[in-house]
Amino acid sequence: MAQTLYDKLWDAHLVEQRDDGTALIYIDRHLLHEVTSPQAFEGLTLAGRSLWRRSANLAVPDHNVSTLKAERDGGLNALPDEVSRLQLQTLDDNCLAFDVAEIPLNDVRQGIVHVMGPEQGAVLPGMTVVCGDSHTSTHGAAGALAHGIGTSEVEHVMATQCLIQRKMKNFRIEVTGSLQPGVTAKDIALAVIGEIGTAGGTGFAIEFCGAAIQGLTMEGRMTLCNMAIEAGARCGLVAVDDVTLSYFRDKPLAPKGDDWGRAEEWWRTLHSDEGAAFDRTLQIDGESIDAHVTWGTSPEMVTSVNGRVPTLDEMPDETSRLGLTRALEYMGLEQGTPLSDIRPDAIFIGSCTNSRIEDLRSAAEVLKGRRIAPSIRKALVVPGSGLVKAQAEAEGLDRIFLDAGMEWREPGCSMCLAMNADRLMPGERCASTSNRNFEGRQGNGGRTHLVSPAMAAAAAVAGHFVAVDALDSEGVAV
Amino acid sequence: MKPFTQHDGLVAPMDRANVDTDLMVPKQFLKSIRRSGFGPNLFDELRYLDEGEPDSDNSQRPLNPEFPLNHARYQGASILLARENFGCGSSREHAAWAMEDFGFRAVIAPSFADIFRSNALKNGILPIVLPASQVDQLFGEMYAAEGYRLVIDLEACTVLRPNGESWSFEVDPFRRDCLLKGLDDIGITLERSDAIRSFEQRHRDRFPWLFEDIVL
Ligand code: SF4
Repeated sequence: MAQTLYDKLWDAHLVEQRDDGTALIYIDRHLLHEVTSPQAFEGLTLAGRSLWRRSANLAVPDHNVSTLKAERDGGLNALPDEVSRLQLQTLDDNCLAFDVAEIPLNDVRQGIVHVMGPEQGAVLPGMTVVCGDSHTSTHGAAGALAHGIGTSEVEHVMATQCLIQRKMKNFRIEVTGSLQPGVTAKDIALAVIGEIGTAGGTGFAIEFCGAAIQGLTMEGRMTLCNMAIEAGARCGLVAVDDVTLSYFRDKPLAPKGDDWGRAEEWWRTLHSDEGAAFDRTLQIDGESIDAHVTWGTSPEMVTSVNGRVPTLDEMPDETSRLGLTRALEYMGLEQGTPLSDIRPDAIFIGSCTNSRIEDLRSAAEVLKGRRIAPSIRKALVVPGSGLVKAQAEAEGLDRIFLDAGMEWREPGCSMCLAMNADRLMPGERCASTSNRNFEGRQGNGGRTHLVSPAMAAAAAVAGHFVAVDALDSEGVAV
Repeated sequence: MKPFTQHDGLVAPMDRANVDTDLMVPKQFLKSIRRSGFGPNLFDELRYLDEGEPDSDNSQRPLNPEFPLNHARYQGASILLARENFGCGSSREHAAWAMEDFGFRAVIAPSFADIFRSNALKNGILPIVLPASQVDQLFGEMYAAEGYRLVIDLEACTVLRPNGESWSFEVDPFRRDCLLKGLDDIGITLERSDAIRSFEQRHRDRFPWLFEDIVL
């Protein structure tokens, strides 16, 4: 029978199906970080349990690390925040006690767990991948079944190498044609969420397909699958193709020699069969997508950079009118405001959505030879990993950012969730390449507008949101 | 996990759609390495007028008088009435821990985000999905009557309203069983160790590269 990609991955990891509709699914790779693992390790210890398969686990500190070089250089002991230090120390201690592989804080391979994973080949096509972090959906870009789990599930995976799951439904989102210049995977993600809403994918595994998706690099596919969770789907998927294979060929933990051949044979089957049944489908014309900016406090509150904030009388019901009123109040915006009138105070280029080399290149391309507007109070560029940072420096991108007046930081989650010192002040408005514009996400009272790296760079230069190709006509010439 | 059979509780409102887990427990509290003590910081940014830190003395902080959970009539509430897509966003189980620590045993909403729903169930909190029209009606009744209570019966899968009428809801049978008995998932799965081991052997034969040690 014709199967979807999700069906194939599910079947290949099905330990047993139970009469009550639940199933035991085998987990190939478990990624860990400092925030959602300590309670799980403690649970194991309290119950006298051990890891089912030690070698399935790989840890890295990322959420809570400082991104300042001076603070990083001193190692853990030099971190000024005692509570954070204890959390990071606990990850080290647990990894040591349970003999789990850990990439330490100042290793060049350290980075945001979802950047580090594929970069090391710790995540591969055909795997089941979990992590106590909802953006584990990122790894679906590799043709892996990957999703975020809570801490109880982290402990469950550690102890049993399995998860208790119910099969999700299949949702195919096809993006046809090609993208217009300046439109990126981030804009596809935002356009999809604008279309189906933040709960539109709940209960589904979303497979992204179509010419526009095949045309994306692995980095772009990761950006897209990363945001599947913002559409409510625990996982996003992209079929394996030559782009996937060439990305993984030389990764440190990728199979070598004969194993590569065997792996490739299986990976080549990782696509939905002709005629496979989907529970829901959506088709979007790639050409019709333009650069997007969120204006509210949920990723579905989004529109084209050439659009405007909606008005109350455009809302279909009372709950959405209330939602709009509250969002506008929080965001300090009037209904009907053109997006291009909105002026950010801060710029954040980073996060597991958009901190890979391609993202930095696209921001740098806009910033080259330009300076950020005087109204921008802070502008952080935070590479996703030490390797991304090194690559960017080899290409001279760091100079472009610094010359433009931005800060060039050490890798970590940083202002995506503001657990460390990188955060917005109350009322501060940020053009951010991250994935969540929730109230307080980037700092208590902070206001987030989600955009692509190129759009963040353009906003930095112009001092307001603007399409990249309109920058020159603004008189902000290079 | 505390078993959940029947629960008679005071109802409080969270009257907005898309309540995310960042809102339920802001990031600064995620620095804790413990799983308890999050109750005082549930909905921290809505509940207090100042910015809380992990070491703040919450009893000394200024409360937001406009936030319903601070109102006298909702003190002691154990059932939260909410809107669409409750618990979306981050997978932080701290949100469920905070709900539990605060004293909530159930949340009623038209829909829940998947990860939160699963986290709630693992912490003895029952997420109940009712049609939006019924949730609307519950909001109306609750606002109209101070001391509004509901009786939730997991055995029968019903919500009993004060007027004696009850509505039924659906819950995953496996999760229901775990909740009713207060069972620990890991224990249940480990009973299937033999099945896991034999699957693992076949899996290893097929995909040996997945089983290599990670040498950094
Ligand atoms: S970068 Fe942001 S979204 Fe990604 S893992 Fe870190 S905190 Fe989560």
